Amino acid sequence: MDTFASLGDGFAIALTWQNLGLALLGCFLGTIMGALPGLGPSNGVAILIPLAFTMGLGATPSLILLTSVYYGAMYGGRISSILLNIPGDEPAMMTCLDGHPMARKGLAGEALSLSGIASFVGAFFATWGLILLAPQLVKIALLFGPAEYFALFALAFMTLGGVSSTNQAKSAFAAALGLGLAMIGVDTQTGVPRFTFGEVHLYDGLDFLVAIVGLFALSEVFIFLEERHGSADAEGRQLKVGRLTPPMSMLKQTTPTMLRSSALGFLAGVLPGAGASLGSFISYSVEKRLVDREGTFGKGDPRGVAAPEAGNNAAAGGALVPMLALGVPGSGTTAVLLAVLLSLNITPGPLLFTQNPDVVWGLIAALFIANFMLLALNIPMVGLFTKVLMVPPRVLMPIVAMVSFVGIYGISGSSFDLMVMIGFGILGWVLRKFDVPLVPIILGTLLGNSMENNLRRAITIDNGDWFTLIDSPLSIVLWAIAIIGFILPLIVGRKVKARMHERGDEEGSLTD
Amino acid sequence: MSDRIFGVFGLLLAIGYTFAALAIEESFLSDAVGPKAFPIIIAVILGLSSLAIVLRPDPEPHWPPLARLAEIAAAIVVMILYAQLLPVVGFVIATAVASGYLAWRLGSSLIATVLTGVGTSIGIYVIFHLIFGLALARGPFGF
Repeated sequence: MDTFASLGDGFAIALTWQNLGLALLGCFLGTIMGALPGLGPSNGVAILIPLAFTMGLGATPSLILLTSVYYGAMYGGRISSILLNIPGDEPAMMTCLDGHPMARKGLAGEALSLSGIASFVGAFFATWGLILLAPQLVKIALLFGPAEYFALFALAFMTLGGVSSTNQAKSAFAAALGLGLAMIGVDTQTGVPRFTFGEVHLYDGLDFLVAIVGLFALSEVFIFLEERHGSADAEGRQLKVGRLTPPMSMLKQTTPTMLRSSALGFLAGVLPGAGASLGSFISYSVEKRLVDREGTFGKGDPRGVAAPEAGNNAAAGGALVPMLALGVPGSGTTAVLLAVLLSLNITPGPLLFTQNPDVVWGLIAALFIANFMLLALNIPMVGLFTKVLMVPPRVLMPIVAMVSFVGIYGISGSSFDLMVMIGFGILGWVLRKFDVPLVPIILGTLLGNSMENNLRRAITIDNGDWFTLIDSPLSIVLWAIAIIGFILPLIVGRKVKARMHERGDEEGSLTD
Repeated sequence: MSDRIFGVFGLLLAIGYTFAALAIEESFLSDAVGPKAFPIIIAVILGLSSLAIVLRPDPEPHWPPLARLAEIAAAIVVMILYAQLLPVVGFVIATAVASGYLAWRLGSSLIATVLTGVGTSIGIYVIFHLIFGLALARGPFGF
C-alpha cells in the first residue's frame, strides 16, 4: 500500500495554508478563465505562469496553483455554454447541446448545478485513475532507453493532431516548425551555435514561455481586434438562474451516465493527442447511443448535460498521466504545464516519481482538494461567475495583453524578449487563420532538444548505426502506434471533426 | 489559393532552414550524429508537409477586409513601441497608454478608454510590483 502512504505524504504537503490559499486562488481564477469566451485553459495557465514565478513559488506550490487553474477552467467552460449557448472553451462545446435548451426551459440553475456535480464526479474519478495508472506507466517507462524515448517523442508528435485533426499535413508542419525553433541556440553536445545568425540573445535558445504566451494570449488579442468584437456576449441576454440544486430524481437519473462518461473521458485523456474536447465528444455521443430512447437529447436532457461535463473533466485528469509519467503531454494545457515544470528545472518522466515524490504526490493531493473547492465554488457561488460574463472583451483583452507583457518582462527584464513575444503573437494569429494547430508548435519547442539528445545518444551508443532506432520490440511497437496514429485520422478524421464542429466553433485552432 | 501560397512559403522556409543547417560549423569533437543531422530531418518534414499543403489545399480561410488588417498592423506597431519605450518612460505611463489604445480600438468610449488604461496600469503595478515585488521598468519618475 505504498500508494496510500505516498498519498498521505502528499496531503501533508498540500495542506499548508499557503498551498490551500493557492489552490483556492487557482480554482477561482480558473473558473473565471474557463467561463469567459476567448480564454481557454491553455491561455489561462499561460497567462498565470509569470504570476507563479513572480510570487517566487517553489515547484509544488506553482504546480498546485496552475493545475487548480486547469481544473477550474474545465469547470468554468460550462457556465457560458449553458447560459449563452457559447462555449467558454472548446471542451465545453458539447455542453451547449443540452445545457442551453435546459436553460431556455427555465432550468438554468438545475443545469448549472448538475453540470457542476458531473464535473466533480469526472474529476474525482480521474484523479483516482491518475493515482492508479501513473505508477504502472512509470514501470514501463523505466525500461525505455534513448531509442525508445526518441520513438515515444515521435509518437507524441504524430498522434497529436489526433482523431479530430482536419489536416495532418498542417499538424506535421506545426510540429516541424516547433522542433525547428527549438534548435536555435548553442548545441548542447558540441557547443557550436545553430541558427543564431550572430544574435547574442539567441545563444541560449528561445525561451518557450515567451513563445507560449505570444502564441496563445497575444494571438487571441489580435483575433478580437480583427473582429472588433468588443462587447460582452452576455449583454442583454442574461437568463434567470433560478434554484441552485438539482432535484434528487435528476441526480438519480444521471448517475449511471456520469460514471460511464468519467471512465470514457479518462481514457480519452490518457491517449495521446485526444484531450478534453474529445473526451466530452465521445461521452456525449456514447450516452446518446445508449440512453436516448425518446429522442430527448439535444432538447434539454439532463443526461446530455452530465455526460460531456463528466467526460471533459475526467479527460483533464487523464491527460496528466502521460505528462507526469512519461514527460510527454497529450494536450495543449498539459504542454503548458510541462513548460512550467521545465522552467523550474524539474524534468517530468519516470524519474520524477522517485526523485521528486513530493512534487507528484503534493500535486495529486492538491487536485483532490481543488476538486472539492471547485464543487463548493461552483454550486452556491455560480451566480458570481455569471456576473463575470458581463465583462466585455474591450476591457478584458487590454488586461490580458498587458499581463502577458508584464509577465515576460518580469521574467527576463529585456525588451528583446518582448519583441520575440510580439513576433510569436503575429505568427499565432496567421497560423490560426490557416487552421494550423498551435499545440504541436509548443510541444516542438519544449521537447525538441531532448528529442534530439535521445536520438544522438542512441546512435552514439551504437557506434553510428541508425538502425538501432528500430532495434528493440518496444521501440517497434511505439513506431507502429505512431504510424497508425498518424494515418488513421486521414481516414476517419474529417468525419469526427465535422461532427464535433457542427456547433459553433469560435475558438479557431486552439484546443484544450 | 491562400493555402498554396502558405505552402510555397513553407517550402522556401524548409530550403532556407536546410542551408542554415548545412552552414553550421562542426566542432572537431563531435558525436556520431553531429549537430546538423536532426535539423536536416526537421527541414525534410517541414518541406514534405508544405508540399502536401500546396497539393491539397484546404478551403479558403476567412480573411478580414483591409481596414481590419490595418487595425491589427497598428496594434502591432503600438506593441513594438511599448516594448521599446518601456525602459524609457517607465511602466505605469507606457502601460496606461498601450492598454488604453487597445481598449479604444476595441470600441470603448472616451471615458471607458481612460478608465481601462489607467485602471489596468495601476492595478498591475499594485498587484505585481507593490504586493509581489516584481521588478518593473522604472521611468524618469521612479514608476
